[in-house]
Amino acid sequence: MTDGLKQTPLNAAHKALGARMVPFGGWEMPVQYAGVIEEHLAVRERAGLFDVSHMGEIEVRGANALALVQMLTTNDAAKLADGQIQYSALCYPDGGVVDDVTLYRSSATHFLFCVNASNTDKDFAWMQQVHAGSGLQGVTLVNRSAEYGQLALQGPKSAAILARLTTTPLESIRYYHFGRGEVAGVPALISRTGYTGEDGFELYVPAAEAGELWTRLLDAGAGDGLQPIGLGARDTLRLEKGYALYGHELSPQISPLEAGLGWIVKFEKGDFIGRDALLAQKAAGVPRRLVGLVMEERGIPREGYPVFAGERQVGTVTSGTMSPSLKTGIALALVESPRAVLDSELLIGIRDRKLRARIVKPPFVKK
Amino acid sequence: MDFPEELKYTEEHEWVQVEGDLVIVGITDFAQDALGDVVFVELPEVGAEVTAGKAFGVVESVKAVSDIYAPVSGTIEEINEELPDAPEVINTSPYGDGWMIKIRLSDPGELDGLMDAAAYQAHIAEEH
Repeated sequence: MTDGLKQTPLNAAHKALGARMVPFGGWEMPVQYAGVIEEHLAVRERAGLFDVSHMGEIEVRGANALALVQMLTTNDAAKLADGQIQYSALCYPDGGVVDDVTLYRSSATHFLFCVNASNTDKDFAWMQQVHAGSGLQGVTLVNRSAEYGQLALQGPKSAAILARLTTTPLESIRYYHFGRGEVAGVPALISRTGYTGEDGFELYVPAAEAGELWTRLLDAGAGDGLQPIGLGARDTLRLEKGYALYGHELSPQISPLEAGLGWIVKFEKGDFIGRDALLAQKAAGVPRRLVGLVMEERGIPREGYPVFAGERQVGTVTSGTMSPSLKTGIALALVESPRAVLDSELLIGIRDRKLRARIVKPPFVKK
Repeated sequence: MDFPEELKYTEEHEWVQVEGDLVIVGITDFAQDALGDVVFVELPEVGAEVTAGKAFGVVESVKAVSDIYAPVSGTIEEINEELPDAPEVINTSPYGDGWMIKIRLSDPGELDGLMDAAAYQAHIAEEH
């Protein structure tokens, strides 16, 4: 099971904590420690620590860094100030999604993309291809993924825990902003971001020092009920907030407009890859839309389950789970646009039954 | 992990307690641990026929859906009505409150094909 899988710097630490390890996107990662529900609720109520060292980091530097970034991404990177972060997408010319990313601006000539682990090599090759085709001089792309370890500290107690290990004034780092400083003596990029919908931080550190930081954070937060959190709870936490996961809600076959990410597609910024196709799709109306569904009968929707209006299939579940916070089944589903009507009822095919579900606007769990 | 001596076991990780021509069926401590938090159970109706080796129900954790297989053939005599409202007892008490169904045996000879606790533990060790 572990053959050929990459390991993060924390692999041995996870096993020592009794984690159940699984293959994920080419990596051997912890899916759970104490249990998915316990870990999920720990993040909502207190704090959790995630190893996200598998995520990729790609640096763009040089006088034309912004020009290349603008060509590659759908959101408007010109709006970023130094120390600010933006959620964005890389698209193919046909509007399908290469990846969804967060973009960090250190300066006008220095950007960092954080990309999905399993897409890192694909994204880097795509960026190099676009760069080569652009003829832009004075810009370099470097895949720094192996150099970084990344830990996510998430939950309402995150700031209090982190403050014990750093002199960096955390109150000055607002949501979707970052700073630099030492955490437990480790030089870190401290990013106020996450994938849980809670307050929290993502800490980018030298890979060799990730283990030290992991241990120090767990110790510093023990009194607050800080727990290590696996990929199982990472998925239920993001799904309760309606966040897209690449390979589920986003793919080369799903455009950001269909996935409800029109807010990160800025046509007015000028040309970018995929602009023409997305503009045409917007003008014609998207054929499918991503909706949130809450079960009205007992049953758990899962990825790939069909969605019906009466007898006719009108869509497919892209992600589904039992919500640990709501204790009911929830799902994201791509459905024919005319059926994507808020508060209306659809049926989800679960084995040999069709169970009622209601369309809601995510997040499923509000603050 | 606990594997009571008085029970019989299947390769698919169900346990069987024999009481005359009735058997009580659930999933083992190993199975509940492998599944993780159980959040949903689907059981057959009383009176339904089940066949040895065929799925009779479904158990779901947060992450996964798993079939549950009938260890023996027969008729469903009783189901654990509490489970749909409290599926987590399968985690906390797999051999007690987490029992699933009672089957009236149609062929008591099928019991001979089940494993004892020692053979089941050897099976787990070999499989994993």
